Amino acid sequence: MSGASSGLWSAGALIQASYFLTAVLFIMGLKRMSSPVSARSGIVWAGAGMLVATVVTLAYPGMSNYPLIGAAIVLGAALAWWSGKRVAMTNMPQMIALYNGMGGGAAASIAAVELYRRGGGEGMSTALAVAGGLIGAVSFSGSAIAFGKLQGLIQRSIRFRGQQLLSVLLLIGAVLPGVLEVVRPGGSAQYVTGLLSGALLLGLAMTLPIGGADMPVVISLYNALTGLAVGFEGFALHNAAMIIAGTVVGSAGTLLTQLMAKAMNRSLGNVLFSGFGESGGEAAGAVSGSLKPIESPDVGVMLAFAQKVIVVPGYGMAVAQAQHKIWELCQLLIERGVTVRFAIHPVAGRMPGHMNVLLAEAGVPYDLIGDLEEINGEFETADVALIIGANDVVNPVARTEKSSPIYGMPILNADRARNVIVIKRGKGAGFSGIENALFYLDNTRMLYGDAQKVGAELIQAVKALG
Amino acid sequence: MTGIVALYIFMLAAFTGYEVIARVPVILHTPLMSGSNFVHGIVLVGAMVALGGAHTPLEKTIGFIGVLLAAGNAVGGYVVTERMLEMFRSSKARTAAPEER
Repeated sequence: MSGASSGLWSAGALIQASYFLTAVLFIMGLKRMSSPVSARSGIVWAGAGMLVATVVTLAYPGMSNYPLIGAAIVLGAALAWWSGKRVAMTNMPQMIALYNGMGGGAAASIAAVELYRRGGGEGMSTALAVAGGLIGAVSFSGSAIAFGKLQGLIQRSIRFRGQQLLSVLLLIGAVLPGVLEVVRPGGSAQYVTGLLSGALLLGLAMTLPIGGADMPVVISLYNALTGLAVGFEGFALHNAAMIIAGTVVGSAGTLLTQLMAKAMNRSLGNVLFSGFGESGGEAAGAVSGSLKPIESPDVGVMLAFAQKVIVVPGYGMAVAQAQHKIWELCQLLIERGVTVRFAIHPVAGRMPGHMNVLLAEAGVPYDLIGDLEEINGEFETADVALIIGANDVVNPVARTEKSSPIYGMPILNADRARNVIVIKRGKGAGFSGIENALFYLDNTRMLYGDAQKVGAELIQAVKALG
Repeated sequence: MTGIVALYIFMLAAFTGYEVIARVPVILHTPLMSGSNFVHGIVLVGAMVALGGAHTPLEKTIGFIGVLLAAGNAVGGYVVTERMLEMFRSSKARTAAPEER
């Protein structure tokens, strides 16, 4: 596939130059995306790079099947465009999983076509095509399961004894034909089929036992794996744009996965090889004290006459679609001269940064939002910490109770505010099933109800004060 | 491209990816993951080349699926990343919030 004949040299040079430009645009785009000020332009730059590479590839020497290529692009692009425009912000993580899985599937398809077509035994090039195909297929089926779980299509985590043994067997079942394809001159179609079906099953077996809470880390991992698969297929096709873009995503994605796992106080091995709760299923320490309810009008007065209010939003707020109401409330408070800040725990949404997206959607400016390290010192000077649909991320047990499964997880120090108001639907425990000691503190009051409805009541209460 | 040159590219690209992400604030983790998801949509280029060189019906079928999936990765990744990043504004440079459903 590599060499264009001498007559096509200019087309080859144009393609190489364009791929170079694409790689530059991708890297600069990613760089811009890592600051909130320039992030928007970053995706546009990267998009321009993608467009250049796609158009110029149509001039690739020796290509045929143009009608098929055109039809596949139009169909795939239209479906993705339609679904991407429609999806609600709360469902963003599973859409990322879905699109990522598609990329992995595409890498596996490239491996299949190339290996079926040219046979194996070409040394390095075949080995990398095989490796990329294996990783891509795992990412494809694994991401599909991740999508199904977060979308609510798969409700339960399927666990059984010998699960890890099964995964190991499937890994061997995929790697063995892959190795044969590389070492046997000419290879065989059966080897390729065995390699890819083994890898697809492996993706299923690896992902099905993992609980929904850990899915963000898994999606991030599969994102990195797809990048790596694309890079490997780039080697097999001698395509520099794919090598660079795939490898950059592979390493960036690996780092991002580590950051996420750290923010959730989980190690990657822990996520992949054990279910949450297996380590600390027993009830974590009895909590003393009582839950003290409060009514909306009283909270309204408390907020309106506070000097400083820190809002701690959690996934519960997003589920209730209350972020617009809460921001309306905060705007009223700001008009009255109250200092309002938002405190976001790294795992406040479905994945790190998800809550920021949801708040941004409601129109909250990002400079009012502080992350854990920025804002934790400010709780001592806050009159009210308003906790909306958050639970584990403000549980002081994480600081004190060694037996708790969340022990050691960095938390927001909401308990150090002068008053703590917890808006909560009911009396249940959090995602991890752990009782929250914060709710029983002397300075904590519980405001029960749907976050959206309570938000509206609080707006009324503050307005009534004039 | 000789093997050793490819290896250099691999090594440098890996460090580049690491460095670009290393100091990213948590608030951008989700959009950035989505953005990097878009970037590996470059697999579209490889899928097009693979389908372009396919001969048998089996190769053509798998190649077609590959291009379809890759186009979905690229376009879907772009659309959701753009939608997320569009919403990030500071309180100084604010205009009316965009109407999103």
